[in-house]
Amino acid sequence: MSEYGKIFVSFFKIGLFTFGGGYAMLPLFRQELVNKREYIDENELLDYYSIGQCTPGVIAVNVATFTGYKICGVWGAVVATFAINLPSLVIIMALAGILNTLSENPLVAQAFAGIRVGVIALILNEVIALFKKSIVSKFQIGMFVCILILLFAVHLSAIAVVLFAAATGGVKYWWGK
Amino acid sequence: MLYGLLFFEFFKIGLFAIGGGMVTIPFLFDLTKKYDWFSAEELTNMIAVSQSTPGPVGVNMATYAGFQTAGITGGLVATFGLVLPSVIIVIWVSKLLNKYAENPWIQAIMSSIRPAVAALILLAGVELCKLSVTDWQSALFATAFFLLVHFYPKSPIFYILLAAVLGIVLKL
Repeated sequence: MSEYGKIFVSFFKIGLFTFGGGYAMLPLFRQELVNKREYIDENELLDYYSIGQCTPGVIAVNVATFTGYKICGVWGAVVATFAINLPSLVIIMALAGILNTLSENPLVAQAFAGIRVGVIALILNEVIALFKKSIVSKFQIGMFVCILILLFAVHLSAIAVVLFAAATGGVKYWWGK
Repeated sequence: MLYGLLFFEFFKIGLFAIGGGMVTIPFLFDLTKKYDWFSAEELTNMIAVSQSTPGPVGVNMATYAGFQTAGITGGLVATFGLVLPSVIIVIWVSKLLNKYAENPWIQAIMSSIRPAVAALILLAGVELCKLSVTDWQSALFATAFFLLVHFYPKSPIFYILLAAVLGIVLKL
């Protein structure tokens, strides 16, 4: 398979098997792009999420565009973006007529209730994995605690905490020089 | 003309909705006031459906809203409009990142941002917990499932399918 074909398959799979969008998609991004294909490393994936949070548009799509560009330049970005969107396009348009009634079917509702709880476990597991590889220094652990407080107690927005962390990192570097 | 308008409106949403899928919702409610494409009630259904079908929520909503308004071409045009601004901006940012990846300033800033993203992920998990873990059965299921995921690492796809099956078997 050509490189573009592989990019297409990876991102199509991510689009097809993730529910809930955004951070719920992170476990599959990591499995496909970091563990399996080794296109990017753990830190790059996190960087793409943090920048994808601050650039306009849908975060998961932004991460796909970033990764596609990293692998194969502009055309890699286009293929990855197209592939991650394709399952949504096909599924929504094929099922639009019956989607409302489908979600009232008890079996479907139970399956989705199961998926919603399963996704929580996957997301929390992701946070633990991050501590093993990407959050290692005392400064980073302190920053994590500080951001948690800003999010839960002060209810700062996602963009605000990312910008705060960036500014603090910049000041710390300038101070240490 | 309708297609042009759809493209323009969703391009605007793609350009100004910073922070992901959920941020597009207020923009979509504005559309219900401005045009008679879909009602606020239909939009509420679309949000529920978009969260339970695979893929990014923002993309699902654009496809659904576009499809409701103008059929298959409408779905394609709205999704293309939503995604286009971010593709252009992200490619541009990627070029800058490649150029300055070795810059110590950028490295210091990125390593400081990573813990923030980890905290955001934790927040997303907690928010989902509040919505879905509502009684002792679901709390038990969530805890057991977490231990399984943590100690027997397998593909997330496997675990999502397993969670769906368990949801049916346990009648969640």
